[in-house]
Amino acid sequence: MNFDLTEERQMLQDTLRRFLSDRYTTDVRNRIIDSDTGFSTELWAQLAELGIVGALFSEAQGGFGGAGFDITTVFEELGRAGVVEPFLDTAILGGGLVASLGNADQQVLVERVIAGDLHLALAHSEPTARYDLNRVMVSATVSGDAVRLKGRKSVVVNAEAAEFLIVSARESGAVDDCDGISLFLVPRETAGVIVRGYPLLAGGRAAEVEFEDVVVPESARLGTAGTAYTALAERAAAASVALAAETLGAMETATELTRGYLQTRQQFGRPIGSFQALQHRMADLWIEMEQARSATINAAGHLADQPHMRDLHVAAARNLIGRAGRLVAEDTIQLHGGIAMTREYELAHIAKRIVMADHRFGDTDYQLEQFIALSA
Amino acid sequence: MDLSYTAEELAFRDEVRDFLEKNLPQEMSDAVRDGRSLGKAGHDRWHAILNERGWLAPNWPREFGGCEWSAVQRFLFEEECCRAHAPRIVPFGLTMLGPVLQRFGSPDQKDRFLPRILSGEDWWCQGYSEPGAGSDLASLKTKAVRDGDHYVVNGQKTWTTLGQYANWIFCLVRTDSTVKQQEGISFLLIDMNTPGIEVRPIILLDGTHEVNEVWFTDVRVPVENLVGEENKGWTYAKYLLTHERTNIAGVGFSQAGLDAVKRMARVEMSGGRPLIENPHFAARLARVEIDLMAMATTNLRIISRAAAGQAPGVESSMLKVKGTIIRQEINDLARRAAGIYAMPFASEEVEGGNEPPVGPDGSGPVSAQYFNNRKLSIFGGSNEVQRNIIAKVKLGGGA
Ligand SMILES: Cc1cc2nc3c(=O)[nH]c(=O)nc-3n(C[C@H](O)[C@H](O)[C@H](O)COP(=O)(O)OP(=O)(O)OC[C@H]3O[C@@H](n4cnc5c(N)ncnc54)[C@H](O)[C@@H]3O)c2cc1C
Ligand SMILES: Cc1cc2nc3c(=O)[nH]c(=O)nc-3n(C[C@H](O)[C@H](O)[C@H](O)COP(=O)(O)OP(=O)(O)OC[C@H]3O[C@@H](n4cnc5c(N)ncnc54)[C@H](O)[C@@H]3O)c2cc1C
Repeated sequence: MNFDLTEERQMLQDTLRRFLSDRYTTDVRNRIIDSDTGFSTELWAQLAELGIVGALFSEAQGGFGGAGFDITTVFEELGRAGVVEPFLDTAILGGGLVASLGNADQQVLVERVIAGDLHLALAHSEPTARYDLNRVMVSATVSGDAVRLKGRKSVVVNAEAAEFLIVSARESGAVDDCDGISLFLVPRETAGVIVRGYPLLAGGRAAEVEFEDVVVPESARLGTAGTAYTALAERAAAASVALAAETLGAMETATELTRGYLQTRQQFGRPIGSFQALQHRMADLWIEMEQARSATINAAGHLADQPHMRDLHVAAARNLIGRAGRLVAEDTIQLHGGIAMTREYELAHIAKRIVMADHRFGDTDYQLEQFIALSA
Repeated sequence: MDLSYTAEELAFRDEVRDFLEKNLPQEMSDAVRDGRSLGKAGHDRWHAILNERGWLAPNWPREFGGCEWSAVQRFLFEEECCRAHAPRIVPFGLTMLGPVLQRFGSPDQKDRFLPRILSGEDWWCQGYSEPGAGSDLASLKTKAVRDGDHYVVNGQKTWTTLGQYANWIFCLVRTDSTVKQQEGISFLLIDMNTPGIEVRPIILLDGTHEVNEVWFTDVRVPVENLVGEENKGWTYAKYLLTHERTNIAGVGFSQAGLDAVKRMARVEMSGGRPLIENPHFAARLARVEIDLMAMATTNLRIISRAAAGQAPGVESSMLKVKGTIIRQEINDLARRAAGIYAMPFASEEVEGGNEPPVGPDGSGPVSAQYFNNRKLSIFGGSNEVQRNIIAKVKLGGGA
C-alpha cells in the first residue's frame, strides 16, 4: 500500500495551496460572497488556467485527472481556503455529466468548461424529493422532435451563472423509478425557464427553477432516453467524494485556527490552551480528523468500483464526515468563545461551509440509512 | 410528591393563554415564529402591551410594580409566551439591572430608574465583557477615575447585545488597580448619550446585527450613578449574574422549537413519506424530547427549591449546560428537517423583508438560527466555565 500522493497530485496540491493562500484571503472571500454573482469570474479564470478544472476530468475527456484522488486533492485545498466558486456544480456535476453522456456535439461544452469559459448547473433536486436521487417529478414529454419540460427544481446551485442547466426529467415510470429519467441540456435563457435566485448561507448562489412548458429539441437530451440514472448516481458519488474532501480541508483550517487561538488567547492569566478541558476537546477533534481523512481516502479509492461497493464507501465517508464535521464546526466555535461568532473572523465562514456541505447529496442521517441498506 | 399543577396554577395558565390570544398581535407572533427580527419598535410595542396588563416584571416585588409571581407561575407564563410565539422580553433592564437596583441601589436610583424600565423609556444594555475580559471577567480594564463629582471613564466594552437600541448601559469599571482584581471594580450606570461614547456594530456569522462594541473616551459620569459602594461592584455583578441565569434552561424556547421541528417534519417528505415517520429522524426527535421532558422537571425542581429559600448554586449551572445543549440540538434537528432548503441564506426573512421564502414553512431561518444559537453555550458564563463550577462544588476545592 502507498498513501502518498503521486508527484503530479503533489504538484497540483502545492500550486493550488500557494495560489489560494496568496489570493483567497478572508477579505477577498467576504467581498466575493457579498457580490451579486456570488463568485469571482476573475479568480475562476485564473484557477482554470492553473489547470484546476482540468484536473477534475480524465485525459479521454480532455483533462489530466478525473480520478477519485484528483478530486480529493483539489477539493481538500478548496475546502481549506473556504472557496465558494462553483467547482462542484460546473465541473464535477455539469461537466462530468456532459463528459459521460454527451455526443460529439455536446462534448464541445466540456472543452469550454475546462478552459474556464462556461458555467453549468445541475437542476435535479425537487421540493419533495429531499435527497433521493431517483425521485424525479419534472416531466419530459416528447412530441415530434421536440420535448416539453414541466415542473420545478429546487436549490439549483449556480443556476444564474450557468449558460446551460442540466435538467433531470421523467420520461416514463413511477415517481421514484430509477428507469425513465433523462437529462436535458437546457439553455438557461430558453422561454419558460423561470429562475429565482438567492444567496446561500455558506456563500455562492442558488435558485428555484420553474419549467413552464419549456420546449427543447430532442437533440438536447444527454444520452439515450430514460437511462440517465446510472450516470447521475456516478456523479453524485463523485460529488460526495468532493464534498467529503472539501469538508476535510475546512476542518483542518478550523482546527488550525483554534490551535493558534488556544495558544495565544489569555484568560485567568494564562493561555486558555493550558486548561485540560480544552486540551481534551482538541485531542478528540484531532482523532476524529484522522478518521475523516481515512474515510475520505476510502471513498476516493472506491469511486471507480461497481456501484454497490462505491456507494457503500461513499455513504460511510459522508456519514462519518458529517458527524466529525459537525463536531469540529461546533467545538471550534465554542473553544474560541464569542470571537468565532463574528462574520469577519475566518472561522465563521469555514464553520458554515462544513455544516452546509452536509445538505448536499444526502446528510449524515440519509447516508447512515444508505449505508444500512447497502451493507445489509 | 405531586406532579400536577394546582387548580390555581391551572387557572393562572388559562388566564395567561387567554390574554395572549387576545393581545399578542398576529404579525408579531408570525415574525417570532419565522425568526424575523422585530426591531426596536416591535420590542417596545410588546413591552408596552405587557406593562399595561401589569405583567412585565414577573420577578419584581409588588412595591416596585412587579408581579411577585411564584416560581411556578413564572414558568407557566414563560411557557405560554413561547408557545404563542410572543417576543422575548429583553432582559437587561427587567431581569438583570432591576433586581440589582432594588437590592443595592440608592433610594434616588430606585425612584429614577425602576419606573422608566417598566414604561420602556429606558432601554438598558450590559457592559460587562471586554476584548481581554470574557470568561475572566474580573480582569476588565475599562477605567473610571474620580474627578470631583464625576467619574471619567475610558476603555472599551464588547459583545454589547442590542446596544444599538439602548440609551443606558450598566458597566463594570475599574476604580482601583492596586488591589486584587475583584476588589477594584465598581458598578456604574452610564447614559449612552454622554459625549465620548461610540457604538460600533459587530456582525455575527448569520448576518445579524445583534451585538456591538462600545467605546468610552473621557466619558463623564456623575457620581450619583455609582451603584452601592465604590470598589464593591463585583458583589453586585455576581448578584446580577444569578438573575441572568434564572431562565437559563429555556424550557419554553425548546418546547416551541420542538413543535416547529415537528410541524416541518410532518410536511417534509423523505422516501415518499413524511419525514416524521422516518425511523432515524423520529429516533433523534424522540431522544431530544425525552431529554426535554426531564429537563422541564429538573427546572421546576430547582426553581421550587429556590422559591423555598434555598439559593440555586450549582444547579443553575447544570440547568444552563443541559438547557443549552438541548436547545442547540433542536436547532440542529430543524436544520436537518429542512433538508436542501437549509442552504439558502434567508437574509430577507431575518431582516424583515417580504420576499416569499423558498422552502417548506419555517425552513427559512433554521440554519441562521442554528449558527446564531451557538452563542447559548458561550455567553452568560460559557458551558466550560459552568462545568468548572459544577466540578469544583461537587469535588471540593481541588478542581
Ligand atoms: C484489565 C487490566 C489489565 C492490565 N494489565 C497490566 C499488565 O499486564 N501489566 C501492568 O503493569 N499493568 C497492567 N494494567 C494496569 C494499567 O496499566 C493501569 O490500570 C493504567 O496505567 C491506569 O492506572 P490506574 O488504574 O492506577 O488508574 P489511575 O492512573 O489512577 O487513573 C485513574 C483515572 O484518572 C485519569 N488520569 C490519571 N492521570 C491523569 C492526568 N494526568 N490527566 C487526566 N486524567 C488522568 C485516568 O485516565 C483514569 O481515568 C492493567 C489494567 C487493567 C484494567
Ligand atoms: C452573541 C453574544 C452576546 C453577548 N452579549 C453580551 C452582553 O450583552 N454583555 C456582555 O457584557 N457580554 C456579552 N457577551 C459576552 C459573553 O459573556 C462572553 O462571550 C463570554 O463570557 C465568553 O468570553 P469570551 O468570548 O471572551 O471567550 P473566552 O473567555 O476567551 O473563552 C474562550 C474559550 O475558552 C474557554 N475557557 C475560558 N476559561 C476557561 C477555564 N477556566 N476553563 C475551561 N475553559 C475555559 C471558554 O469556555 C471558551 O470555550 C455576549 C457574547 C455573545 C457571543
